[in-house]
Amino acid sequence: MSAVMMTRKVRKWEKLPGKNTFCCDGRVMMARQKGVFYLTLFLIVGTCSLFFAFECPYLAIHLSPAIPVFAILLFFFVMAMLLRTSFSDPGVLPRALPEEATFIEMEIEATNGNVPAGQRPPPRIRNVQINGQIVKLKYCYTCKIFRPPRASHCSICDNCVDRFDHHCPWVGNCVGKRNYRYFYLFTLSLSLLTIYIFTFNIVHVVMRSVNSGFMKTLQDTPGT
Amino acid sequence: MAETHSLQDMRQQAAIAAKVFIQRDYTNGTVCQFQTKFPSELETRIDKQQFEETVRMLNNLYAEAEKLGGSSYLEGCLACLTAYTIFLCMETHYEKVLKKIAKFIQEQNDKIYAPRGLLLTDPIERGLRVVEVTIFEDRSLGR
Repeated sequence: MSAVMMTRKVRKWEKLPGKNTFCCDGRVMMARQKGVFYLTLFLIVGTCSLFFAFECPYLAIHLSPAIPVFAILLFFFVMAMLLRTSFSDPGVLPRALPEEATFIEMEIEATNGNVPAGQRPPPRIRNVQINGQIVKLKYCYTCKIFRPPRASHCSICDNCVDRFDHHCPWVGNCVGKRNYRYFYLFTLSLSLLTIYIFTFNIVHVVMRSVNSGFMKTLQDTPGT
Repeated sequence: MAETHSLQDMRQQAAIAAKVFIQRDYTNGTVCQFQTKFPSELETRIDKQQFEETVRMLNNLYAEAEKLGGSSYLEGCLACLTAYTIFLCMETHYEKVLKKIAKFIQEQNDKIYAPRGLLLTDPIERGLRVVEVTIFEDRSLGR
């Protein structure tokens, strides 16, 4: 007699008005253009696999097996940081709901007074005192909020992001408060990995050249 | 087939009269603190002391979440060494306190605010910008 209506709960990420794409039931959050991110992945994985295929056997035998082991750990760390930066929420501020938007509009009108028609309304600024200094908070017309200090609106993702640094196409996401740490570690560890691979490439080529001459070395290890 | 309506259902059936927004208090820097100033719209509904106590408690909880000490330093170092994979198993100190805050707000709503026709929204739902207080239409029949 009683029909049980199973209403599927709508998740927050499904209702987010920004230009983000979501995967894995909301666990992965990225920008719309992902082409450059795939390029980054290809470059890192490609270079490292060439290194592991061509250099590591020689270096492991002739120098030390710790060299490829450390390279693998570093590669794993770089990939973890890259994926963490790309897939996590940079600190998107939710847009104001209609009631809050009208509340803020009324507050702005109260401070600015009536503007005669035809004149441009003054910029919407809210002054707050932080540790004795006056800081101006700007109003975001898209999100209808006064942005907290150090927040900014990303036009590519169409969201206000807290402590917005920049939108990184290489990573396919904005860099903001919640993923800054992973982005920084990614760039740091990637630099380390690049220098590491480059150094051991040189070492490898030199060692082989000493034995069999430079031209033959290049023939033996094209991957270098 | 429940005969008794839950408190949530009753709230949803009640009409929303107004919403008040408690803004952030930046006087001590950018730490997450909310203004304890009592809004005039709530004068008829709740005791000033009670409300200020709630906001003060909330501020304390946020301060606890952002506290930097030995344990948070160790947690950070350990996480970095494991390439942050350890957070697949455990949650950060901040997340633990956020859960505590959610429970606190739920408790406050059930015990103090719902009987007075008010509802506090967890500030994390609004990006830690405001504490939203929903005022429901007063349908009390002279109770």
